[in-house]
Amino acid sequence: MAMIQLGAVFFGLGLLGRVARRAGISPIPLYLIGGLAFGHGGFVPLHGIEEFTHIASEIGVVLLLLLLGLEYSASELTTGLKKSWMAGVLDLVLNSAPGAIAAYLLGWGTVGALAMAGVTYISSSGIVAKVLGDLGRLGNRETPVVLSVLVFEDLAMAVYLPVLTAVLAGVSFIGGLTSVGISLLAITVVLVVALKYGRFISAIVDSPDHEVFLLKLLGSALLVAGIASQLQVSAAVGAFLLGIAISGSTAENATRLLEPLRDLFAAMFFVVFGLNTDPRSIPPVLGIAVALAAVTTATKVFTGWWAAKRQGIGKMGRMRAGVALVARGEFSIVIAGLAVASGQVHNDLAALATAYVLLMAILGPIAAKYVEPIGEFFQRRRQMA
Amino acid sequence: MICVNVEITPLPGIGTRQDFTIRAGRRVGVITYRDGRFELILSKATDPDSCAASIPLSPEEAGTLAGLLGAPQLVAHLREETRDIAGITTRQLPVTAFANRTLGETALRTRTSVSVVAVVRAGNAHPSPGPDFLFENGDLAVVVGTAEGLDAAAEILHGG
Repeated sequence: MAMIQLGAVFFGLGLLGRVARRAGISPIPLYLIGGLAFGHGGFVPLHGIEEFTHIASEIGVVLLLLLLGLEYSASELTTGLKKSWMAGVLDLVLNSAPGAIAAYLLGWGTVGALAMAGVTYISSSGIVAKVLGDLGRLGNRETPVVLSVLVFEDLAMAVYLPVLTAVLAGVSFIGGLTSVGISLLAITVVLVVALKYGRFISAIVDSPDHEVFLLKLLGSALLVAGIASQLQVSAAVGAFLLGIAISGSTAENATRLLEPLRDLFAAMFFVVFGLNTDPRSIPPVLGIAVALAAVTTATKVFTGWWAAKRQGIGKMGRMRAGVALVARGEFSIVIAGLAVASGQVHNDLAALATAYVLLMAILGPIAAKYVEPIGEFFQRRRQMA
Repeated sequence: MICVNVEITPLPGIGTRQDFTIRAGRRVGVITYRDGRFELILSKATDPDSCAASIPLSPEEAGTLAGLLGAPQLVAHLREETRDIAGITTRQLPVTAFANRTLGETALRTRTSVSVVAVVRAGNAHPSPGPDFLFENGDLAVVVGTAEGLDAAAEILHGG
């Protein structure tokens, strides 16, 4: 029975992914909807595969963050940080504030506010990079600006996730500081080690044999993530740091090898998140989600506009940079997932995060596609007037 | 030679962009992906920030395009280098009479005392061809020598 259920889930996800590809949108919102349809209060409740889906979704988070780390080399991160920290800080303040304020207004307390701040702050680097590539904007002058904001966000995640993990675990202020201290120390050590001795770390996991390489990679990722989790630094951050430390051709091969696995397990993660969210809890928070979506679209557009303006980019380019950053996706769900799993936040947080990400993951790519024709239309009208 | 300022911009997680602004005001350049793919980019005339085209090229295609654009440049460069030496010039001569025969068979050096420094074929330059280099129809020989020598060589290669 478990096999049939699992098969049906994967096959269903495959069909949803196909629909997403046809429509030119990210599959993430469809996976979430798929999860909603299967789970508690959905059309077809699933039983008996919870144990597998639970561990699979945890592996999904580890792989999502590992591949994010593999994407960037340590030198890219450090130069990115130097070049774009002002835009990064503006991004952080403007986009985490709406989530935090909404959570306070809903009476979800400090823990809820911290989690919602993360949900509205972080753009989906997966969706953004895909959209920029699909629209042929990688050669544009504003694209490095967009990418450097994403780099800053990912580094901010490495500090934010341990803080969130500690707070969710309900540790004391001192305990929280310790875990932040550990993670900051770990980040610094990893960046320094990766910059100077990256090839040694790569050499430990590297192997010309695909099978050996895959097992060593997956093994080390889960080991590092597990140890990080034991140290209360969040498993995801452990995986992210390992990804940064692996560099060069090893990182490229690792990405190629792990991508299908990540897609599989991450899909599972989105489904499980949807499974655990009662679809009936979404309509009551839909209004708030729409309001948050409107506000955080405006704040992201302003962030991109401001960052691009500082690099001397024209009005159209500034608009494109701003709109490109709008999409939220996998990491908002990762954050909401951590919060919900701890049981320390209000039950509606899962519903609000789901509704919000559904909106933003669909709105982001569409807005990015149509910002140019709309902008040109207005420019022409102004010239005629 | 006039230098062109090529701007190199890292694209974190993707690769690098190398481009420059041409005299007509547009940007031309190449995106090199981490996995070795290339993309030729050209900015829009109306908006220099944005791209009118980004064309994916395989390594072979990129090499051919580079040859097509680079071969005349090579000749100009050689001409530049030998200009200061009195009486020595460089010319590109079409080879029509020696298809499927070797450079050695032309006996150019003994007959006219010029030397073939490169052969341009389908946009690719083959530098310093040896005596057993096999000509094809449509080849261009890049030849260095005296003016009289070059005239004689042109005649031989053209069907003398």
